[in-house]
Amino acid sequence: MAIIFDGTRESYVEGLSEFLGSGQEDTPGWVADLRREAISGFGELGFPTLSDEEWRFTNLEALRRGSFSIAEDGISDVSKKTVNSYGFSGLDCLRLVFVNGRFASSLSDAGDAGEGIVVKALSEAIREDGDLVKGHLAKYADYEKDAFISLNTSYFEDGVFVYVPDRTVLEKPVHVLHVSTDEGRPLFINPRNLIIIGQSSDAKVIEHYVSLSQSVYFSNVVTEVVCGEDANLEHYRLEFESRKAFNFSTLRVNQQKNSNITSHSILYGGAIVRNNVHPVLAGEGCNSDIYGLFMSEGRQHMDNFMRVEHASPHCDSRQFYNGVLDGRSKGVFHGRILVHEGAEKTDAKQTNRNLLLSDTAQIDTKPQLEIYNDDVKCTHGATIGQMDEEALFYLCSRGVSMRKAKIIMLRAFTNETLEHMSIDSVKETLENTVMKWFEQRLGNGDGS
Amino acid sequence: MLEVKNLHVQVDDKEILKGMNITVAPGEVHSIMGPNGSGKSTLAQVLAGKETYEVTEGEITFQGKDLLDLEPEERACEGIFLAFQYPVEIPGVANTYLLREALNAKREYREEKPLKHVEFGKLARDKMKALGIDENLLKRSVNAGFSGGEKKRNEIFQMQILEPTLAVLDETDSGLDIDALKIVANGVNSMRDSGRSFIVITHYQRLLNYIVPDFVHVMVDGKIVKSGGKELAQELEEKGYADF
Repeated sequence: MAIIFDGTRESYVEGLSEFLGSGQEDTPGWVADLRREAISGFGELGFPTLSDEEWRFTNLEALRRGSFSIAEDGISDVSKKTVNSYGFSGLDCLRLVFVNGRFASSLSDAGDAGEGIVVKALSEAIREDGDLVKGHLAKYADYEKDAFISLNTSYFEDGVFVYVPDRTVLEKPVHVLHVSTDEGRPLFINPRNLIIIGQSSDAKVIEHYVSLSQSVYFSNVVTEVVCGEDANLEHYRLEFESRKAFNFSTLRVNQQKNSNITSHSILYGGAIVRNNVHPVLAGEGCNSDIYGLFMSEGRQHMDNFMRVEHASPHCDSRQFYNGVLDGRSKGVFHGRILVHEGAEKTDAKQTNRNLLLSDTAQIDTKPQLEIYNDDVKCTHGATIGQMDEEALFYLCSRGVSMRKAKIIMLRAFTNETLEHMSIDSVKETLENTVMKWFEQRLGNGDGS
Repeated sequence: MLEVKNLHVQVDDKEILKGMNITVAPGEVHSIMGPNGSGKSTLAQVLAGKETYEVTEGEITFQGKDLLDLEPEERACEGIFLAFQYPVEIPGVANTYLLREALNAKREYREEKPLKHVEFGKLARDKMKALGIDENLLKRSVNAGFSGGEKKRNEIFQMQILEPTLAVLDETDSGLDIDALKIVANGVNSMRDSGRSFIVITHYQRLLNYIVPDFVHVMVDGKIVKSGGKELAQELEEKGYADF
C-alpha cells in the first residue's frame, strides 16, 4: 500500500506511522525515534510560504497542491547500460546507484575503496556501522528549523555513506548516481547522504541526480558532511532532474580546524529547484570555496540559497555563482555570510553574475552580510546583464559568426565556475552538456 | 579597392557623417586626421559593420561588392580589419582561441583548409617574435587586464595573423610610448605591399613619422575638407585644425 501525501501538513505528519510500519521494521529504534522527532519539527513548521524571508522569491504553491507517494519496494527495471551512460568518460571511480531513493546493489560497484575506508549505502551502514552513523546523522542538518530537512530526516530511504579514516586518501572519486523513473504516479523521494572525512584525509564525492523520464516527482535531498581537521573534500552536486520535478536539496558541511572544502553545484533540470549550501567553518583556519552554475529555460525556477557561517578566526570563504537564464525562467541567488562574534580575521567574498538570454527571464539576487566582529574582510557583488554587444561585435569583426561569437561568450561565462573542478572528465562532460544547451538556445539558425 | 561615396551616418537621430567621400586604391596608405568628434571613429566602425550606426545615404563599395550588404563577419572574411580605438576586454576567452577561430573562419570562407593547432601555434609565435611581443599574450584572455599599450599591440598582432586586404587603424597610436609606437609602426610597415591598403586614423602627426602615408585627409564635422600628401600632416601639426 502506497502512502499518499496530499499536500497538507497533516498528511506528511500522519503518514510517518504507516511508513515506519511498512518495510522499516528492521531499522534500529534510534532511527525510528529520530524520524518521529523530525516529523514533529515539520508539524510545527509546515511548508514555507512567500512571507518567510528565506522563501520570498520561491512560491511553493504547486508543491502544496501536489499529491505524492513513497516508491514501492523493488527496484525499477534500470539497465546497467543506462547507468553507464551517465558515467564520466575515462573516470576510474566507485559508483553507488539509487533508483527512486532505493539502493540498487546490482547496478553499483563500490569495489575496494582502500584500507579502513567505508563506501556503502546508508541503509547498510545504519545496520553495520551503527555507532559511527549515530554519532553524526542528523547532528548538523537542523530538522527543527527547516521543513525540508525535517521531511527528509523523517522519510529518508537511502543514500551514500562515506567514511574515510584519519590520514587516508580515498583515491577514487565516489560517483553517487540517483536515478528517478516514471512509476505512473508522482513519487516523494528523500535521498540522504552522510560523508565523514577524518583528520588529514582526502575525498571527492560526486552526487548526481538524473531522471529517465520527464515525470513529476518531489525529490528532497539532504547531505551532511563532516570535514575533519586538516582534511580536504571536493563535493559535486549535479542536478539533472526531470523538467517537471520539484527538487530541494541541502548540503550541510561541518568544517573542523584547517579543513578545506570545494563545493560545485550545477543546476540544470527541475521545474522548481532549491539549492541550499550551508558550510559552518567551525574550526580555525578553514577554507570554503563554493562554486555554482545554474542554467534555466522555459518556466524553470532555480533558487540558490547560500549560508556561509564563519564561527572561528582566520577562515576564508569564496562564493562564486553564475547563472544563465533564458525563456520565462526565474533565478534566485540569496547569499548570506554570517560572521560570529569570535571569528576575527574572517575573509569572505561572494560574487554572483547573471546573464539573461531573453527579455522575459528574471533573476533576484540578494547578498546579505551579517557580521558580529569588527576585524573582518567581507565583500559581495552581483551583476545582471545581457550578452555584451561590444564584445560580440569585436568577435564578429574578426570574422567569427554571430552564432559562434555568442557560443564563445557563453562558454567563457560558464567556464568561470567550471574551471575550478579538479576532475577533468566531469568538467569536460559538463562543458559538453553546457554547449549543447546553448546550441539549443540559439536554435539552428545564425542565432542573431 | 574601397570607395566611399556621399556617406551619411547617424546615431540616435544625430547626423555624424555628412557626405563623406574617400577612395583608396590597392597598396595605398591613407591617413585621416581631424579634431575630436569630427566622425573619424564613426567611419571606422561603419566600415567594420557596427549596427548602432545607421547609414541614411550614400554607398560603400569594397572590391566591387556593396559593403553595406555584408555582416561584420563577412566583411572580415572579405579582408577588412579594424584595429579598435578601445579594444574590448573579453575575460575567459584566450587570445589564441579567438585568433584561431577567426583565422579558420576566414579560411573556411575562402574554401581553404583550417589550420591545425600546431600550424597555428607556429604561425603565431613567428609573428610575435617579429613584433617583439611576449608569447604569454597568447594564453591570456583577450585584452583582459592588458595595459593600454598591450591592447594596441594585440590589435596589430591580430592584424598580422589575419592578413587583411584593407586595415583600418583607429587611433592605434593614442596613449603609446615611443617604443610601443615603433612596434605598431613596424607591424604596419612590414605588411605594406602593392595589394594591401591602410586607413590610419589619428589625432596626431607623430605616428606618421613612422608610417608614412601616401595621402592625408582632414576631416571636420563629418566631411573631408582637405586632402593632400604627407606634408599636410606636418602642416596640421604646426597650425592645428583652427583654420577649418
